[in-house]
Amino acid sequence: MKVLVTVKEVAAVEDDFEIDGLSIDDRYLEYDLNEWDDYAVEAAVQIAEAADEDVEVVAATIGPERSEETIRMALAKGADRAVRVWDDAIAEQTLLDVDAKASVFEQVVAEEEPDLVLTGVQAGDDAFGATGVALANRVGYQWAAVVNDLDYEAGDDIATVRRELEGGVEEITEVDLPAVLSIQTGINEPRYASLRGIRQAQQKEIAPHDLSDLGLDAEAVDGALELTDMYEPESESDATIFEGGAEGTAAELASVLRDKGVVGE
Amino acid sequence: MSDVLFVAEHRRGDLRDVSYEGITAGRDLADALGGELHVAVVSGPVDRFAESLNTPEVDAIHTVDAGEEFDHDTYAAATEALHAELDPAALLLPNSVNGLDYAPAVADSLGLPYASDAVAVAYDDGLTVTREMYGSKVETTVDVAGDQFVISIRSGEWAAADGAGDAEISAFEFDESGVDNGARVQGFEEVGNGDVDIGEADFLVSIGRGIEEEENLDLIRDLCDATGATLSSSRPIVDNGWLPKNRQVGQSGKQVTPDVYLAIGISGAVQHVAGMKGAETIIAINTDPNAPIFDIADYGIVGDLFDVVPALIEEFE
Ligand SMILES: Cc1cc2nc3c(=O)[nH]c(=O)nc-3n(C[C@H](O)[C@H](O)[C@H](O)COP(=O)(O)OP(=O)(O)OC[C@H]3O[C@@H](n4cnc5c(N)ncnc54)[C@H](O)[C@@H]3O)c2cc1C
Ligand SMILES: Nc1ncnc2c1ncn2[C@@H]1O[C@H](COP(=O)(O)O)[C@@H](O)[C@H]1O
Repeated sequence: MKVLVTVKEVAAVEDDFEIDGLSIDDRYLEYDLNEWDDYAVEAAVQIAEAADEDVEVVAATIGPERSEETIRMALAKGADRAVRVWDDAIAEQTLLDVDAKASVFEQVVAEEEPDLVLTGVQAGDDAFGATGVALANRVGYQWAAVVNDLDYEAGDDIATVRRELEGGVEEITEVDLPAVLSIQTGINEPRYASLRGIRQAQQKEIAPHDLSDLGLDAEAVDGALELTDMYEPESESDATIFEGGAEGTAAELASVLRDKGVVGE
Repeated sequence: MSDVLFVAEHRRGDLRDVSYEGITAGRDLADALGGELHVAVVSGPVDRFAESLNTPEVDAIHTVDAGEEFDHDTYAAATEALHAELDPAALLLPNSVNGLDYAPAVADSLGLPYASDAVAVAYDDGLTVTREMYGSKVETTVDVAGDQFVISIRSGEWAAADGAGDAEISAFEFDESGVDNGARVQGFEEVGNGDVDIGEADFLVSIGRGIEEEENLDLIRDLCDATGATLSSSRPIVDNGWLPKNRQVGQSGKQVTPDVYLAIGISGAVQHVAGMKGAETIIAINTDPNAPIFDIADYGIVGDLFDVVPALIEEFE
C-alpha cells in the first residue's frame, strides 16, 4: 500500500520583525517543517514499520527549491521519497488558497494513487486548516479532520480514528479507505532524525514537478483570494509592563500577587 | 443573491456559543450586502434549537431533521442543498473542529472561494476578510473575488446574539438517502479528567514551550510550591507527554477562570486563549514583546523566564 503525506515548509516570525508591504522580509523568518506535518510523517512511518506488507511513504510538498532542505527531514525520518511541486505561477500568488492547493494535490493523488493521505490539521503560517478536507472532497476520498488517535494496520479497509473536539471530548469514527486524515499534534511522539536517517535521506529522491508536469495550467492556482494588507495587530492591551532586571520585575510581580491575595506572605 | 446563510452548531443536545456569534456576524454581513439572514440547524432536536436561535437579527430559520449528532456527510449534503435552494451570496460556517471537518468540502463542492478562520468580515463592492497569520503575530486582509463565497468564522470574535425574534421557522425537505456514509461516528468519550481539576484553582501558573526541556519543569514546580499555585500548561507540554492532559488549558483542554493566571513562556495562540481569557487577572512572562499573550495581559514582564522565575521564587522564600 501507499501512504501520501503532505509536508509544508512553514515560516515562523522572529521576536522582532518588520513588515514590508505584503510580506515579512526573509531576514526575520525561520523556516521549519510544519509542526502538524511532523506528526503526520511519524504516523505514516509507524504504519509502514508495523506492516507485514510493503508500505511506501511518499511526501508531497508545494514549495520552492529552498524547501527541499526541510522536506529532506521527512525523508530522514523515514519517508521513502518526495514530490515537490513549484511553478512561476505559484510563486506569483500573494496567497496560495485552499482551492489552488487542492488542485495541485489532486493531480499528485491521481499520479500516486495512495490508499491513505495524511495532512496536518493546519499550516502554522497561513493557517487555513482546510487543505486535507478540500482535497478529500476533490478526489472523492473519505476523510476525518483533527485526528488525535489513529488505529490502522496496513492493508485494512477501515481506519478507526478519534477526532479531538473542543473541551476534552473525543469523537470515535470509522473511516473507509481510501481516505484523507488531518493529523493533530500529540497523536504520537515524532522521532528525531538519526544520523543514519539523515545520511540515507541524501540518496532519496525529491522529484520536482511544475504545473505542466501535472497537466495543469497557471489558472489552476490562480485562486480567488488576494492578500491586500499585512500589519501588526493593534494591541488592545493596557497591560502594565514591568521594566528592568529580573530582580526588580520579580519584586513588582510579587507585590501584584500579594495584592490579589492569591499567595500568602 | 444578497442573502447570508449561517449554519449553527450543536453537540449532545446543546447549541454551541459560536451559533449565536455567527448570527451577529451574519446580520452585519447581510446588512452590508443588503440581504436577509437565514440560519440553518441540522440534526438533533431541531425544533427546540430553532426556538433558541430565533433572535431579532434572524430573518428565517431552516431546520433539517436528520440524525442526532454532527456527521460531516449529512452536514455537507444538507448545506449544499440549502445553498442551492437559497442561493445566498455568503455562506457562513463556524471554524470549529466540526467546521474544519465539513466547511472545506462544502466550499469545494460548490466551487466557491473559501476564506477560513475570519476574525472580521466586511463587504463594500466586494468581500474583505480579516485573518491572522504566523500564530497571531500578523493580521492580514484578504479580498475575495466573485459574488458568492464561503467563510468560516473564528469563535469568540463576535458578540453573541440574544433575545426573542420572530423569524419564520420552516422544515427544509432533505433527502438523506443519497448521503454517503463512508465515515461513521461510533461514539464520544470524555478525556482529560484526573487527580487535579485546574478549573477549581484560584491561582494558576501555566507553562508553555518556552520551558524548552522537561527537566526545566522543576523550576516551575518550585514556583508553584513557593506560591501555592496550581500548575497548568499549554498544549505542546501535554503533547510532549511532560504533563497529563488534565493540566492543559485551551480549546481542546480545559477552560479556566482563576483569579490570577500567570502564563510563562506561552505565546498566546487563539486556541490557548480560548481557555483562559476569562481569568480575572492575566500576567505574562515572555521574551518576545510581540507575543500575542501581552494583548490580553493585565501585567507583563518582557524577559527570560530562566532569570525571572528564580527571582520570583526568592520573593516568596
Ligand atoms: C484544533 C486545535 C486545537 C488546539 N488546542 C489547544 C489547546 O487546547 N491549548 C493550547 O495551548 N494550544 C492548543 N492548540 C495549539 C496552539 O495553536 C499553539 O500551537 C499552542 O498554544 C502553542 O503553545 P505555546 O504558547 O506553549 O508555544 P509557542 O507558540 O511555541 O510559544 C512559546 C513562547 O515562549 C516564549 N519563550 C521562549 N523562550 C522563552 C524564555 N526563555 N523565557 C520566556 N519566554 C520564552 C516565546 O517567545 C513564545 O512566545 C490547538 C491547535 C489546534 C489547531
Ligand atoms: N504548500 C504546501 N505544501 C505541502 N503541504 C501543504 C501545503 N499547504 C498545506 N499543506 C498541507 O495541508 C495541511 C493544512 O494546511 P492549511 O490548510 O494550509 O492550514 C498542512 O498541515 C499540510 O500538511
